[in-house]
Amino acid sequence: MSEILETATPPKRKAKLVDDFEPSLILEGKHQLCAGCGEPAALRSTVEIIDELGLADRAIGVFGIGCYTSFSPVLDLEVLQALHGRAPSLATGLKRVQPDSIVFTIQGDGDMVNEGLQEVIHTAARGEPVTCVMLNNGVFGETGGHMTSTTVLGQRTKNTLEGRDPKQHGFPIRMAEMLAPLDGVAYVARGATNNAGNIFQLRKMLQSAFEVQRDGLGFSFVEILTMCPTGWFIQTGEAPDYLADKMASYHQPGIIKDAREGA
Amino acid sequence: MSAELLEGSEALAKAMISAGCRFFAGYPMTPFTEVLEGMAEHLPEVGGTCVNAESELEAVGMAWGAAAGGARAATGSVGQGLSLMQESIAEMCFARLPLVVLNMARGQGDYFQATRGGGHGDYRTIALAPADLTEAVSLIQQAFYFADKFRNPVLFMGDYYLAHVIEAVDIGPVDFEALPDKDWLLDGSTSGSGTARIISPLMPVKRNAEVFVEYGDYLETSGDKIAAIENGMEPLFESGHCEDADYVVVSYGTPARIIRYAVDQLRSEGVRVGFFRPISLWPFPSAALTEATRTAKAVGVYELNAGQMVDDVRLSLRDKVVESIGGISFDDSGFGIAPELTPARVEARIREEMANLSNEVDA
Amino acid sequence: MSGALSRGTLVIDVERCKGCELCIPACKPRVLTMTTDKRNEMGYFYPELEPGCTACHACALICPDFVFQVWRYDEAVAVEEEGSER
Repeated sequence: MSEILETATPPKRKAKLVDDFEPSLILEGKHQLCAGCGEPAALRSTVEIIDELGLADRAIGVFGIGCYTSFSPVLDLEVLQALHGRAPSLATGLKRVQPDSIVFTIQGDGDMVNEGLQEVIHTAARGEPVTCVMLNNGVFGETGGHMTSTTVLGQRTKNTLEGRDPKQHGFPIRMAEMLAPLDGVAYVARGATNNAGNIFQLRKMLQSAFEVQRDGLGFSFVEILTMCPTGWFIQTGEAPDYLADKMASYHQPGIIKDAREGA
Repeated sequence: MSAELLEGSEALAKAMISAGCRFFAGYPMTPFTEVLEGMAEHLPEVGGTCVNAESELEAVGMAWGAAAGGARAATGSVGQGLSLMQESIAEMCFARLPLVVLNMARGQGDYFQATRGGGHGDYRTIALAPADLTEAVSLIQQAFYFADKFRNPVLFMGDYYLAHVIEAVDIGPVDFEALPDKDWLLDGSTSGSGTARIISPLMPVKRNAEVFVEYGDYLETSGDKIAAIENGMEPLFESGHCEDADYVVVSYGTPARIIRYAVDQLRSEGVRVGFFRPISLWPFPSAALTEATRTAKAVGVYELNAGQMVDDVRLSLRDKVVESIGGISFDDSGFGIAPELTPARVEARIREEMANLSNEVDA
Repeated sequence: MSGALSRGTLVIDVERCKGCELCIPACKPRVLTMTTDKRNEMGYFYPELEPGCTACHACALICPDFVFQVWRYDEAVAVEEEGSER
């Protein structure tokens, strides 16, 4: 067995800080989300990209209601807290009266695809220059693991005990593919937080989405597949593979639309 | 500015713009549609924005976002559309955001919706009901002032008559006391500063604030805010001929204009009848009503519904006989038009009620 | 591990860790291992670092609880030199 290194204090030899515990735009990293949750990594990536693009001093986040809402009071970004499902219309009004700001929404799949589906579709169709981020874990995580409109076929949830059956519960909605054909939409991508490589890809997607907004090119959308081991009723260590095998085979990661010149 | 001959809906739109409204969102529904048309035409002239929302849910959501961005914002509908907006109106009260919401109501069936609300939790909205266009173009500007002053949504009650009557009105800006700058608005400028702002129905400050307020504690302060509005504004009302009245007629909104005329006519004939009109439906002018009905043997509440405001009159006058007078005219159009609401019919009804009063007194 | 270099190191805030183990497969050089005997105040096992960190920050990217602070050495350190002096 290899030697265990001391990791309680910063190194004494010359070294450069690559990553601090939490990025500068998160005031307090300690939170009450479950072990193995994919949402903190998604939020970290989002705010870090905002910071890296130099947009931190004009960014405003519009938050929906879900587990991720516990981050709304700990971000060092201005936050407008919306009702469940309603973030895109608040973002629309806010962006219209503060056109120089960078407005993004954070919603879950229950929030965006169930409660507020028409909001995001119309916001996209109008080409509102905002960035909508959907954290898609395929369940209502906050209520304890219930079916949403993105729950994949066969997935067991608390109200699809034998697995989602299309005869009884209908088919899942592929959100990114639904939004991409709309004329007002400039950028659509789906990333995932189940491994570091995917997170690296995700950050490039988020960067593109915020660049699209910064450059006034239209509506941008990033869907992020996130792990919810609690709501999936599996061990935390199994969640990355579950995401890859079950979710990502239906909601496939990748850049679905990039309307920028040369893209 | 001098008076201009305008249809009510356009006058309301222009008065809102005079009040500084720069964002409007709505979904068509008669007779709110006509106000939306006015805003769509005139807001861009001053650099404002009018958005055709996909439903009333989004209309109020967009106005919520614009209000958070510091703009004077408004939306509206008729009572049916306002039913869809109730969740957001309640939450905007908790989030301490100003907003003006027009209810271009069909008749007077929305008094409970306006004063009790259909939303959730401990909240109240100021509700203002003008009787005619001259009053309306001033009162709607006061609505924006109250909304900003108390950081709370304000309802403005109109109807088909107000939207379509053509009158000569002055829609120029009305002066109110200066209000503090909106140091709470969101424009992104405090992001990354360590003290980024938050506007939320759940909490007033970020977690790193010197004094963090937990959700439950914040909810409990909603009651304090209701009291702050009640203590911070004088209820608005109009009264006439009440000093020695045996009978006081209470009514609100545009029907009150006709009822007021009928009372004036009866007074000129020596009938001891008084008139009282709440202009702010909440806060309700209870103290003024008590004073106005001091000599009255009975009070009649004339409304175009099955009896809604009568509850507030009874709560104000617990030792008086208070009768609900409905059925003067029924809406035969679906748009809240009361064709039989004529001075003659109202006069006859008041005489009838007062005759009963004399009989009771004689007996 | 003979000949392995540490190009960087971590500070691990073990008290924040909820023991989800997402960092273990995320670490390409496989130098993170979960404790099997020691638990933090919340009662969770937590990761420990062995020599060979590349400062790739994959652990920090995936960690839901912001447990890792990642440092990249100016000059790589041979495994045999590692120890108490970092």
